[in-house]
Formats: sequence, C-alpha cells, structure tokens
Amino acid sequence: MKRLRRTMLFMPGNNPGMLQNAGILGADSIILDLEDAVSLTEKDSARILTREAIKNIDYINVEVVVRVNPFDTEFAKEDIDVIARVKPDALMIPKATEEELEAIDKILTTIEVEESFEKGSIKLLPIIETAYGVENVYNIIKSSDRIVGVLLGGEDLTSDLGIKRTKEGEEIFYARNRVAIACKAMKVDSIDTPFTDTNDFEGLEKDTRKAKSLGLTGKAAINPRQIDTIHYVYAPNAEEIKYAKRVLEAMEEAESEGKGVFSLDGKMIDAPVINRAKNTVELAMLLGLM
Amino acid sequence: MEVKKPSKAGTMESNDIYVMLMPNPKGGIEINLQSIVMKQFGEEIERVILETLKELKVENVIVNAQDKGALNYTVKARIETATKRAMGQESK
Repeated sequence: MKRLRRTMLFMPGNNPGMLQNAGILGADSIILDLEDAVSLTEKDSARILTREAIKNIDYINVEVVVRVNPFDTEFAKEDIDVIARVKPDALMIPKATEEELEAIDKILTTIEVEESFEKGSIKLLPIIETAYGVENVYNIIKSSDRIVGVLLGGEDLTSDLGIKRTKEGEEIFYARNRVAIACKAMKVDSIDTPFTDTNDFEGLEKDTRKAKSLGLTGKAAINPRQIDTIHYVYAPNAEEIKYAKRVLEAMEEAESEGKGVFSLDGKMIDAPVINRAKNTVELAMLLGLM
Repeated sequence: MEVKKPSKAGTMESNDIYVMLMPNPKGGIEINLQSIVMKQFGEEIERVILETLKELKVENVIVNAQDKGALNYTVKARIETATKRAMGQESK
C-alpha cells in the first residue's frame, strides 16, 4: 500500500507522555526529536528514552522518523548508532550536506549488515534549512539512495539569510519552489516548513494551501491540533473527485471508440490531465473518500 | 559497574519517573520508591528497576525514585540514563 506523507508531526524525544501517544494522533509520520526539542544536558536521556520507545511501542501504521543532532555535533554519531539499531523507518538529518549524507549512508549500511536488517531499509530525510541547502537541494537528494523526501526548514533558513520570517511566507517563496521542483524531479517527497502559530487555524490553512499550490507534497506539524487542517487541504474535495471520475470515464469511452484525443466540457483532455485525474482517484480511494 | 557518584535522570512530569542514584556504603541494592500508582504498579516498577540494574551489572546502589505513572520502557530508560551518568559517562 502506498504510504502517505501528508503530515509529519514533531514530538520531543525526552517526553514519555508524548512519545507513547504519538502514534494515535493521526499524523502520517512522527518525528521523534533529539535535536531542538531537547536541551544540551538531556541529549543522553532523550536518546535512551527514544530508543526504548521505538523498541517497545507499536506505532501501528505510522512512519517513525527520528531527527538526530547535526552531524558535526558531539551527539550525532551516538544518536545514529543507538537509534539505527532499533530500526526506525527513517532518520531526519538537520542542515545536511552531500558529504555528510554519504557518510551517514555508509554508517547505516554497516549497521544494517551487523544487525541483519534489509540493506537500505533505514531511509533518510535531509532538512533543507540553509542557503547552501536550498541551492544544492538537487545534489543533496542525489547523494544517497536512502533519501525518500526532504523537509524545508523555514525558521533556520531565514535565520541563515538574516531576514524576517513571516506568516505570509513571501521570503521563502523561492525556497519552496526550488525544493518542490527538485524533489519532483528526483521523485521524492517535499515537506513544507511548519506553521508556528498553533492558535491560528485560518493562517495554517492558507499557508498549507500555498505550499500545496507550489507542489510541496506534505507539511510538518508542531502540534497535533494542526493535523486535521493539513489533511483537509491535501485531500481532494468532492468536486475534484467528481471531475476526475468524469475524465476517466470519458477516456474509457474515447478508447472504446478508437479515439486517441477527446474533449470534456469543451476542453481538450490530454495525458497530463488524465494523470492528474488518476492521481486524484487513487488518493480519494486511499482516503476512503470514494 | 560501580556507581561512583550521585546522579539523576527523568522528570516529575506525568508519565515520567524521577530517579536519583547514589553509592551504597552498606552494599547491595536499596530501592526507595514513591509512586502515584503504588498499590497497582509499585511491585512491577521495582521489578523493572532491579532487572535494569542487573543488566547493567550494578550490584551496589541506593535508588530513590518518584514515579508519576511511567510505563516500563520509561523506567528502564531513566534507570539506564542515571546509571551511565553515575559511571562518569557524562551527558554526551
């Protein structure tokens, strides 16, 4: 079954209450965080607690991702070694460069062999949160076969650029565009930066629609209350589903009459429209909307 | 493994357990547990503490613990963290 990654929910890695409930909050993926959500003096504590949580808690159908510390910190190697051995679905790598991802790929291969895991089973999700990352996103994705998607980190990116981060998000327009296109070209997911005002649901919906309209395939959440809104934006609505069904029906009719090209409501229907219709129907069925 | 110095791990938040370890001059393992679910789970929590200490080969220690409803995996994790901190394997 194709796995959805519409939402990725951040959970602090040193908080047992949140770790054990993370799986039932409705997100497609959970990111157990050893980085920004954990203070420097508790890095060891979070690592061990997250390890035990993954070992003992059944997260059912939710993708389990762990955000380790940046590779150039004293914590990273231990994070990767300890966490990889309990087989999360993926590791999320902050401020990742091509060189770091290649090195981490090799470390994971060694661990997979030692632990008899299927080779390549532990995936990677680099975070694009620096100017360098945005400009090099295509090469960063190419650096490892384990990469299944990329997260755009708007807060760190604007900090790197020395500019203000706003709700409207004009300042990250290029970054969103570039990440969405590079990810599509490399056939991986592109996850938008979280919307940080957890009380503003109207703003969250607007921000999510903006991301979706640029081709980003999902969005990070920092509070469980954001999940429903993000899923609502990423689901096809009744009209879109109806139109998609009509396109496919018209296509079948045209094929049976031996026609290659056809029109619907006066509009010519060609391959891209048909593909979009197929994707809509597939997603609608997956979501139980039809 | 010897517990060389006092150490602590965990928090007093819901679902967590706050553990403090210190060397035991009398030898052996002494556990002083307070728990919001003492009647129902006190024995089980002590069992997990003992099991974890055994795995880490700790034979002499005083454990003071304040439990706020931690599940087994949390008890194990916090005891392991405190033990490693007591070994001089500092927060890394």
